[in-house]
Amino acid sequence: MTSAPQWLRPAVHAAGGEGLEKTEIDLGFIPLTDCAPLVIAHEKDFFRKHGLEVKLSREVSWANIRDKVFAGLLDGGHMLAPMPIATTLGLGELKKPTIAALSLDLNGNAITVSPDLYRRMANLDPAAATERSTCVRALKKVIETERHKGSEPLCFATVFPFSTHNYMLRYWLASGGIDPDRDVRLVVIPPPHMVNYLGSGEIDGYCVGEPWNAQAVATGVGRTLITDYEIWNNKPEKVLGVNLEWAERYPNTHRALLMALLEAAQWIDRPENRIEVADILAREDYVNVPADVVKMSMTGSFRYQHGAAPAPLPDFNVFFRYAATFPWRSHAVWFITQMYRWGQLRDPIDMKKVADEVYRPDLYREAARALGLPVPASDYKAEGRHGKSWTLAEATEPMMLGQDSFLDGGIFDPLRPVDYLEHFELHNRQVSLDTLARVNP
Amino acid sequence: MSLRIMLVDQDSARSAILEQALNDAGHKVVARIKHGHNLLRELKECQPDMVIMDLEAPGRDTLEQMREISRDQPKPIILFSNKRDGDYIRQAVQAGVSAYVVDGLSQERIMPIVEVAMARFREFEALKRELQETKTQLADRKVVDKAKGILMQRKGMSEDEAYQLLRKTAMSRNMRIADVARTLLSLEGLTD
Repeated sequence: MTSAPQWLRPAVHAAGGEGLEKTEIDLGFIPLTDCAPLVIAHEKDFFRKHGLEVKLSREVSWANIRDKVFAGLLDGGHMLAPMPIATTLGLGELKKPTIAALSLDLNGNAITVSPDLYRRMANLDPAAATERSTCVRALKKVIETERHKGSEPLCFATVFPFSTHNYMLRYWLASGGIDPDRDVRLVVIPPPHMVNYLGSGEIDGYCVGEPWNAQAVATGVGRTLITDYEIWNNKPEKVLGVNLEWAERYPNTHRALLMALLEAAQWIDRPENRIEVADILAREDYVNVPADVVKMSMTGSFRYQHGAAPAPLPDFNVFFRYAATFPWRSHAVWFITQMYRWGQLRDPIDMKKVADEVYRPDLYREAARALGLPVPASDYKAEGRHGKSWTLAEATEPMMLGQDSFLDGGIFDPLRPVDYLEHFELHNRQVSLDTLARVNP
Repeated sequence: MSLRIMLVDQDSARSAILEQALNDAGHKVVARIKHGHNLLRELKECQPDMVIMDLEAPGRDTLEQMREISRDQPKPIILFSNKRDGDYIRQAVQAGVSAYVVDGLSQERIMPIVEVAMARFREFEALKRELQETKTQLADRKVVDKAKGILMQRKGMSEDEAYQLLRKTAMSRNMRIADVARTLLSLEGLTD
């Protein structure tokens, strides 16, 4: 400690605080079960162990987190995995290089519809409606039948334009031949308001994270059709997002933050801790819903309909195993392909270059190594090739990874994103593949 | 010009003062929304020209979507916050799309802010239109050049003859030259 120069030694609160450029940190979160790593790092003193005094601030909307991180009112935040990419590219209102050096979790969302819509699906195609893998076909029948009658299109909500929810809902609809831009109306509603909107009949369905599916099922206003795990096994979900400028100014603080969150993720993923995690998350200052509702998904079971027995879904919430915390650059490329597929991104860009700028496994590795954790050797992995758990050999020590199949059997090769885009029949692409291929050789 | 404005604010006393100030200036507040109201339905029903919203109001993400769905008819949004430390958010002022106001909205301050936001917004829209036109012009010129090249190569025409042929076809079919060129290229399987 005495060897460190004075300017490198701000207030050291606890062991591990040496060399931190900034020790008082504000992080924003949205009331969802996947804010768990932030909450647990705070409650179980992992932040303090690494010399940080963290204040968690519950925010009302995703745009608020983005704006406040952008403007420096928050040091960082719980962000939707595609958000740092959208902010870096300036696809929302704001444009500023934003990075993600840690993934907070995998999976955790589901698609829920009103009992009334489900009834119409079951009437038209009872066989398809009862099966999770085929229920989208029953939905298509409802849409076709009602179009003939001249009814208003069905309205579905997601949580943000640049969200995994938007891409999962669209992927699922399109897999059943439903064009998300023509056959239904899509709107954006902040997660805690979803259940109310569904209950009041304002929307017919939504894709949202927990506990907002379980809550709709518990209160009888919704029926869950399918989880995102069943659309894409072990799909990336949230990240810790910070401004690039901030990360460059406070590298040691950033690393300490990553280390504390890594330890929290490990702690959360130990089965014996899950009940306690659920109890803490349910509290008024965090997610503020009954603990029983949070416990469902957090302990690996999922109730699809009111009164039904919970079905086992052990990988519904993954926080650490399967290299869940690693920010795969290939995931960033996947999100960019979807931004093209649905017409959000209208300029040709080098997808890999942007993925390399925004997702930062290099910073992750520094933090993981400091904790003695194994890390993947590569930044890219294909998706859709593993129908069961597998071992990643290209790592500092062999790592167990989860399944990665898509429900339509799709294969994503991150090194050939333009070819991947070509195989989607349904899309709203605004850039030609030739143009894209020119900047993505 | 009189604007139709939607106010989204948790504090009803504050929004009443705002409404008065806006009305005095000749604008019309078409809706005053508090937490719990259905922003989506109100937006659809009221079709405001501008939205003024408290930064901490839930439903902010719904507005965010307006950018996406209203690409053809975007609306300016003014966001305000009462937080003093929000000074940094000034940096977030984006040309006309959103104005961030940090120190809260008082009666005296609101009108210039609305005017500036509207002017910025129009300026930004004009710039966007101009950029779009320039892009289209450039793209048009490129297809016409490409189509001329095809005609010169296939029919042995001079550059001028090729252009005259495109122009004549366009006139007789009541089409733009660039569209004729595009059709020709697509028939040749050469679309971009």
